[in-house]
Amino acid sequence: MALQPIPADMQQHLLAQMVLIRRFEEKIINLCQKEGCLPGMQILAVGQEAVAVGIVAALEPNDIIVSNHRSHGHLLARGANPDALMAEIMGKVSGVGHGKAGTLHLSVPEVNALMTSTVVGAGPPMAAGAAFAQQYCATGGVTAVFFGDGAAAEGSVHEAMNLASLWKLPLLFVCENNCWAGAQKSSQHCSTQDISKRGEAYDMPGVKVDGNDVEQVYDLARRMIAHCRSGQGPALIEAKTYRMRGHGEKDRQHYVDKSEIEYWAKLCPVARYRQKLLSGGVISETQLLKMERQAIERVEAAVAFAEKSAYPPPESALSDVWTAPENA
Amino acid sequence: MAEMSMGQALNTALTLAMQGDDRVFLAGEGVGVSIHQDPNMPTHGLLEKFGPQRIKDTPVSEAAIAGLAVGASVMGLRPVVEIMFFPFITLASDMLVNHAGKLRYLSGGKSSFPLTVRVKAGIGFGAGCQHSHNLEAWIAHSPGLKLVWPSTPHDAKGLLLSAIFDPDPVIMVEDMMLYWMKGEVPEGDYRIPIGQARLVAEGTDCTVVAYGAALYTALKGVKALAAEGITCDIIDLRSLVPLDKACLLSSVRKTGRLVVVHEANRFCGYGAELAAIAAEEAFRDLKGPIQRVAAPQIPVPGSPPQEQFYKPSAESVAAAIRAAIRG
Repeated sequence: MALQPIPADMQQHLLAQMVLIRRFEEKIINLCQKEGCLPGMQILAVGQEAVAVGIVAALEPNDIIVSNHRSHGHLLARGANPDALMAEIMGKVSGVGHGKAGTLHLSVPEVNALMTSTVVGAGPPMAAGAAFAQQYCATGGVTAVFFGDGAAAEGSVHEAMNLASLWKLPLLFVCENNCWAGAQKSSQHCSTQDISKRGEAYDMPGVKVDGNDVEQVYDLARRMIAHCRSGQGPALIEAKTYRMRGHGEKDRQHYVDKSEIEYWAKLCPVARYRQKLLSGGVISETQLLKMERQAIERVEAAVAFAEKSAYPPPESALSDVWTAPENA
Repeated sequence: MAEMSMGQALNTALTLAMQGDDRVFLAGEGVGVSIHQDPNMPTHGLLEKFGPQRIKDTPVSEAAIAGLAVGASVMGLRPVVEIMFFPFITLASDMLVNHAGKLRYLSGGKSSFPLTVRVKAGIGFGAGCQHSHNLEAWIAHSPGLKLVWPSTPHDAKGLLLSAIFDPDPVIMVEDMMLYWMKGEVPEGDYRIPIGQARLVAEGTDCTVVAYGAALYTALKGVKALAAEGITCDIIDLRSLVPLDKACLLSSVRKTGRLVVVHEANRFCGYGAELAAIAAEEAFRDLKGPIQRVAAPQIPVPGSPPQEQFYKPSAESVAAAIRAAIRG
């Protein structure tokens, strides 16, 4: 199917977001080298930017996203404040969860990213709940849930797909098939190489897309989201992409063939799109440089903000379990 | 006041909540069309009253049911979902333990999850260990989840209304064997505060703590000791999380003795926490060893005499009280 034309300002927006996400995560790679700077594991989505950006760009502001452990791209694309994200990643009190979430559980209610779970496959059942609320209250909203090819093996994902289809919930399942679940490649953990085919089993559209082509993702997302919004029930997008880094930053990918990484590096979604917009005359070299500089400055400002922020007092760990503190 | 069964009292609470607040909806396996046509079932007749938009029969999908509650509650609805039998909560446990109980904390207090999970529980209907297994200690051990367990129709209605309108996740355990038990229930909306125990009887020699159906075993055990001149404080906890520590400790300080009674396994059971709290905070007031009356560390057996053997009996409660007093 031919792509719907995308206006130049939207094309520039898609690229700018991918650049920001890439710079943000590259900065995290860099900070990981500094001893004691970042607590916990850093789980990055370098190479998967086009999925986050393409899907989120097709959503409306009142739509909901449910994210997973590889969330930075989803949240930045959704408009989350990089300062508060970086501060949370550093465990600072000015972070989105006041330090309690850390990098793995970043939720940002301000941009309708209400639930992020690192329990693989936990997003879809909760997303079904959010989509049910949208249907129940007739908000016209849609929920998009991101999960990986590894999560596609979880029973909870299948339960959510069955329920969503049965109740015709406005829920977009976005499977980011990045070829790896931990140290297991798709052929070792997945019964099919096209997870999108599972859509048929649940009587919903299931379509695969080149997840490293932001315009393809955006175009498909718009069509699928329109389907979900129209009351016809859920849809499944499988975005074929690649995890350029290890599962986490301490994972040196010893189990991956170098040639595979080299192959996918040539398909880098950011470089591809930059080249496409340049050669198409959508953006000039000067504009590109400016875009890059702005992204770097934004990320540096976020790091400066986070570094300046205080750690939360240890005993503040006791708060926020209950809504009503008197019941604690 | 009207006399009604606990099941009807729960039904009244659900009806009131749904009439008063459009955000309340029910979901679960057979909450609409049930294989039971008994008016003592808590969701009996609600589908006819409120329609299929608000009374949602679900697939056999406990993770999806609990996930539905998590996602709908953060969006501002007040889901009331049902887990058909307590052991099936293991299938919903990721959604409850890792999500309902933790996501508010992870959000730094920005998000709330005002959901209610009704869990049907109990031992004594011959269904064996995969339908009967009280797992309250699992819930109580998980931060962020409140846990209530009524023993009377009066408390069932008031606690369920409190649970539904509580801003946090509440697990409400309903002893199925009590659905038919009748009692006086006030009209209209009233709330039993979550976290308040009830002093059922007052005495001087021992504090006996129970909840749910085990309360009646405790009452029988205490009654059997009247002839020996032994009297007890009997506490119905009603709320296991948060626990009414003040009620527990003031009674233990008065009587100097503590017996806890529950139908769950003794080892690492909820009673162990009560015993530990009493030992830590009222040690100098204790006059005898704390006793636990609970199930042995076995699954609930199927055969009726074995099942009776599993459950605490009035005799075992009486024996435990004597042992606490004897020292």
